[in-house]
Amino acid sequence: MKQLSIGIVGAAASVLAATVSFAQQPPVKIGLILPYSGQFADTATQMDNAIKLYVKQHGDSAGGRKIEIIRKDSGGIAPDVAKRLAQELVVRDKVDVLTGLVLTPNALAIADVSAEAKKFTVIMNAATSIITTKSPYMARVSVTTPMLNESLGSWAAKAGGTKRVFSMVSDFGPGIDAEEGFMRAYKEAGGQIVGSVRFPVANPDFAAFVQRAKDSNPDGIFAWVPGGVQPAAIGKALNERGIDPKKMKVMGQDALASDEALASQGDLALGIITVANYDHNLANKLNRAFVAAYSADYKRNPDFFSIGGWDGMHLIYEVLKKTGGKTDGEAMIGAAKGMKWDSPRGPMSIDPETRDVIEDVYIRRVEKVAGKLVNVEFDTIRSVKDPVKARMK
Amino acid sequence: MASESESGAAFSPRNFLASRTRWHALEIVFWLSTLLPFVLVPDYLQLASQIAIAALFAISLDLILGFAGIVSIGHAAYFGLGAYTAGIVSKYGVSEPVLLLVLAAIVSGTLGYVSSFIISRFRHLALIMITLGICLMLYEVANLTSWLTGGADGLQGIKIGPLLGTFKFDLYGKTAYAYALVVLFLCFLVCRRLIHSPFGLSLRGIRENPVRMPAIGAPSDAHIRKIYTIAAVIAGMAGAVLAQTTSTVSLEVLGFQRSADVLVMLILGGAGKLYGGILGSIVYMVARDQFSGINPQYWYFWIGLMMVLVVMYLPNGLLGGLEKLTRRWRGKS
Amino acid sequence: MLGSMAGILFDGFAYGMLLFLLSVGLSVTLGMMNFINLSHASFGMLGGYVTVTLMQQLGWPFLATLPAAFVISALVGMVMERFMFRRMYRATDLDQTLLTIGVVFMSIAGAAYIWGTVQQPVVMPDYLSGSFLVGGVNIARYRLFLIVVALVITLLMIGGLEWTRFGAQIRAAVDNQRMARGLGLDVDRTFSLTFSLGSGLAGLGGALAIAMVGLDPGFAFAYLIYVLIVVSVGGLASIWGSFVAASLLGICDMAGKYYVPQLGSFLIYLMMVGILMWRPVGLFGKR
Repeated sequence: MKQLSIGIVGAAASVLAATVSFAQQPPVKIGLILPYSGQFADTATQMDNAIKLYVKQHGDSAGGRKIEIIRKDSGGIAPDVAKRLAQELVVRDKVDVLTGLVLTPNALAIADVSAEAKKFTVIMNAATSIITTKSPYMARVSVTTPMLNESLGSWAAKAGGTKRVFSMVSDFGPGIDAEEGFMRAYKEAGGQIVGSVRFPVANPDFAAFVQRAKDSNPDGIFAWVPGGVQPAAIGKALNERGIDPKKMKVMGQDALASDEALASQGDLALGIITVANYDHNLANKLNRAFVAAYSADYKRNPDFFSIGGWDGMHLIYEVLKKTGGKTDGEAMIGAAKGMKWDSPRGPMSIDPETRDVIEDVYIRRVEKVAGKLVNVEFDTIRSVKDPVKARMK
Repeated sequence: MASESESGAAFSPRNFLASRTRWHALEIVFWLSTLLPFVLVPDYLQLASQIAIAALFAISLDLILGFAGIVSIGHAAYFGLGAYTAGIVSKYGVSEPVLLLVLAAIVSGTLGYVSSFIISRFRHLALIMITLGICLMLYEVANLTSWLTGGADGLQGIKIGPLLGTFKFDLYGKTAYAYALVVLFLCFLVCRRLIHSPFGLSLRGIRENPVRMPAIGAPSDAHIRKIYTIAAVIAGMAGAVLAQTTSTVSLEVLGFQRSADVLVMLILGGAGKLYGGILGSIVYMVARDQFSGINPQYWYFWIGLMMVLVVMYLPNGLLGGLEKLTRRWRGKS
Repeated sequence: MLGSMAGILFDGFAYGMLLFLLSVGLSVTLGMMNFINLSHASFGMLGGYVTVTLMQQLGWPFLATLPAAFVISALVGMVMERFMFRRMYRATDLDQTLLTIGVVFMSIAGAAYIWGTVQQPVVMPDYLSGSFLVGGVNIARYRLFLIVVALVITLLMIGGLEWTRFGAQIRAAVDNQRMARGLGLDVDRTFSLTFSLGSGLAGLGGALAIAMVGLDPGFAFAYLIYVLIVVSVGGLASIWGSFVAASLLGICDMAGKYYVPQLGSFLIYLMMVGILMWRPVGLFGKR
């Protein structure tokens, strides 16, 4: 009895002590820079939803400190604005962590700020390889474009059984990266590129390009377009030209078969093959719980932007736990290096050398399951690292 | 123009111009107050520097739109060219900002001079669409020459040295604001002198009636070419200052959005008044910063509402509306 | 080779008709009424959302949503004309520009608030998707449908303006307001109806366009440049001009993309500048 009461007193005292120390510690401030308005607004919506969900499920404190998120709108591709926002977050709001960053130019612009102010920075989406080399305090939890497309390229030539592929990509950074990645791996694995075309980023009609592809008589088409309007548009253009993904292999990166693209195309999308680091259809326990909670709150499925936001928050929380609430850049990036965890997307970790992500990559096909169009994974490439950085060494 | 002829008691062109050039007390107060951010809001200097850059860009548009009647929805062409010039040259070892600024001014001015031969021949919708066309073509060229411009990823490897070899561009934006402010003020002085000169007066004549001006000895085309080139020079400098103070240049410096933004700022403040562009940029940028801070997803709604209300209740922009209000107030008292 | 050329002509013409449908309303509001209506594409966006909402929420067939898109956009246009735009007919061009850009901003944020930022799925009925072959040329059904609708609207518009009483009233009110008033014409009412006609056409164009170009809140801004190009190249106030300009732009765009894809959109802009330098009032413009 006595012991118990001592125990209770002791517990109460430690709780009290914890609250006191908790109250003394100022909150950890996280500056979240996303394109909330403009052309890429939906990416920000999906990512921010997952971030809110993470905070809702895991509480608003980590490592004994309260978490405070300050949201800033970079408004589309605008490195000058993104950089100013990052500077203001650092000097005015005194944030400890910078994160968000959907678009490559914006992420590259704030790398300077991250390096100069020595702030731990988590890239939640921007997928160009070089970004993480620009600041020693940066880690990435999304994926890089070459990781996905080189995986797809070698798959297409080996397991995919194609010999002659026509490539069509958007004529800007990520599209060109995707083209180079795919072509390099495809040729290395013995495939032949029979033609290629780059179309303008703002391009509402694909008919002419699909015609070119058809004229060069390939047995597979590789297509990369940014998410949003274009995946469905390119799908419809293929259909109008009589190209059936069930017969000719139509391949691309995740966004080509996003939920919205599938909904717009209907059964025309059946058979499209995409490579992805995440899909809401993945059959593991963590993912099922994540998708259920997400769609209960936001009435739609999470996508790869959402998973970036989710794992980005996870990394920040875990790092804070490991450093015991210390927030200086050195301590945080030190704790992030080599961190491993199970995500709804599968096992993943932060490469201690490059601070870039290591994760599984999935090859999937659009199929009809229980009357619904979904991406079904049928091949997995384990523990993929960014191939560009591997070659840099 | 009626209010202008009222002011001169002993009316002669020389006296009239002299009376317009005299500095008003309010002007001096305004320029002194631009120094206040250093003391009052040292956390906002980076924003202040971007406001100064936007103001410089708006003044440049005001020269052609407000004073010569050339409506342009592609003025970002010169802004972007200046930014790219400063950015690209800095990669090849020239890192002194002032030197880069001069180079950017020359390059933008050259394009401005060349295109002014086209611009001066057209009016109305054709003119508007040609300015837009030139800007969009430049955008495509910048996208096509990604070996030079970095394409859609933005220009990489920009190296801007310390200003005058001493002042580094810091995180707080002290140097950035001081630099942008000095460039803005110097350009403003030049513009102010320019519009109150006989040349400036004949420009306004061209705005009102481009056919009659040559008849009284003012060559419309030559004047338009001259002012268009000057505006291009200033826009190029604004672009260069942005490139230098942020060390970033991306395709959107040439984008339609940037042309539209500067037009909005200028009309919001009031075109044809020089201070209109400055006031418009301050109001627009501060409103945007505040609204988007409070409501990152839907702030466009509030800024749109602000624009609609300004037009409905303060025609001719904030400055035009203020002038009307003060006149009415004076009339009453 | 010939087959692909004919295919490009057909696709390009259909794409041009899409641009025509999006911009024909603007040749009414900007062209005839001389009102700088940069919010035109916002009405197009509204029409698109009407169609998507009716199809998804209420299960209407696609074709039935088209008149609804026209009517609702026209009504919204009429209300806005009554309370906002009417007061601005005499304002300067610059104030009209600022006002209508303000409306664009509000419509973008409003659409994001109501419908979310997500890309809206537009599923076409079977009889409008897919394609068939005619003499080796691939004819996409939806494109053919667009061409037919565009032709019908062109005829209705040109005929209606030339030969009906209302058309004569519009022309009279637009040409000389004071004189029309003097003759006892209710100019306010005519302007109100004309503006809602323009807005309704924008809504219809938007509803027809989304199946090919998609729909999200950025629509109001993304298609602004295209409609301005069509109207300025065609010539203000000329329906026929818009028709010709849109077909020309559509075909050149498509051919350019097929034969010299690396030039991107450069060709279209070059063509616009070239035509305007040659004919500043546009192909069929009068003033």
